[in-house]
Amino acid sequence: MTESPDWPLWEVFVRARRGVAHTHAGSLHAPDAAMALHNARDLYTRRSEGVSIWVVPTANIAASSPDEKDSLFDPAADKAYRHPTFFQLPEGVEHL
Amino acid sequence: MGNEVDAVRPPGGERLLADVDAAERELTLARRRPDDPAMPVDVAAKLARFEALLAQDAKIEPRDWMPDGYRATLVRQISQHAHSEIMGMQPETNWITRAPSLRRKSILIAKVQDEAGHGLYLYSVAETLGVERKDLLDALHAGRQQYLSFINYPTLTWADAGALAWLTDGAAVVNQVPLCRASYAPYARAMVRVCREESFHHRQGFDALYAMSRGTDAQRAMLRDAVHRWWYPALAMFGPPHDQSTHSDQSMAWRIKRFTNDELRQRFVDNCVPQAEVLGVDLPDPDLRWNPDRGHYDFTPPDYDELRRVVRGDGPCNRQRVAHRRRVHENGAWVREAASAYAAKRDRVAEEVAA
Repeated sequence: MTESPDWPLWEVFVRARRGVAHTHAGSLHAPDAAMALHNARDLYTRRSEGVSIWVVPTANIAASSPDEKDSLFDPAADKAYRHPTFFQLPEGVEHL
Repeated sequence: MGNEVDAVRPPGGERLLADVDAAERELTLARRRPDDPAMPVDVAAKLARFEALLAQDAKIEPRDWMPDGYRATLVRQISQHAHSEIMGMQPETNWITRAPSLRRKSILIAKVQDEAGHGLYLYSVAETLGVERKDLLDALHAGRQQYLSFINYPTLTWADAGALAWLTDGAAVVNQVPLCRASYAPYARAMVRVCREESFHHRQGFDALYAMSRGTDAQRAMLRDAVHRWWYPALAMFGPPHDQSTHSDQSMAWRIKRFTNDELRQRFVDNCVPQAEVLGVDLPDPDLRWNPDRGHYDFTPPDYDELRRVVRGDGPCNRQRVAHRRRVHENGAWVREAASAYAAKRDRVAEEVAA
């Protein structure tokens, strides 16, 4: 069996329509960005699922680790006052 | 065939798709659970956390800690599923050039392209578990990993192409809709996409058969022969009965699987019988009848010894299918090499310009 070349992995993000953000769709292998875009078009938008595609080499994505979830996200946990619902409004106050 | 008809919706399809929609809504709502504990250090505590997540039906993401057995089970199941998708292109590819009209050819091309796509979504999911796609393909080519047994039966006539889609894709939809709720999130997400597309495969097969059912006597005879050939391969797709199934209990505890092989097979039979009536075709089981006490159809189970033989590699077309797969992979080598050489050349030019 011929050895397949080790093409890098790319993550694919698709914008479904004007006005919404690109959303992660999946990944694929491709030798370069142009081929990754073409393959992403064939793989993730066969039924008009997108109007725009981003491809990003997986190796270039820095991700937080589930192991450090607490230390990373804890600072937000005790700051309920950042939400407007924290504040009780007096009876009859509107537009606030 | 001259009598092309408007798409007919087989009974049961709507409900299956509604299940897919519901699973997708659950996935988008899954973002925050009240009890989402931090990752402990020792393995016993990690396992407890993993089990707590499963107990509340939360999803497992690629970088979460998971038991080795859970990871291995997912790799086995997802790679076998991916292999089935790309091997499943073969029985139908034969019929692209011979399909009876341009419309049927276009539909079949779209279906075969979807099968390739499903294989690629699933290899991409398998890779999130730390395996290399190259190694999975090597395992398929060397016969170390299996794929679904029905692919090893021949598609003798145009009616076989329709019967294969109506019955085996119908079985696949029944099998796969619950996988949209699998505990491993990338698998669940991919399956939502697969099921929506698979539903088209299922319906186009029924539609092709429905056209034949309204054709000549010869066409109806061809339809009946093909349905008789595919009924039992489709029933066998659900695997051995639950009490003989090696992995089922563990997979259900891990919430990868949601229903037993027997429950899914029964659901499939219950879906098919009224559809067969619409097609005006009998099913090849003299003991198939409605059982009012159970609220289900009674039926004769498939020959599980034959299933085991075909899965092991002794089906009518196993060697031919794998040999074909290896040959097309070999024949495509120059395309992969050319794409790599072109990418390398562009990198070199870019470096020279930068220097």
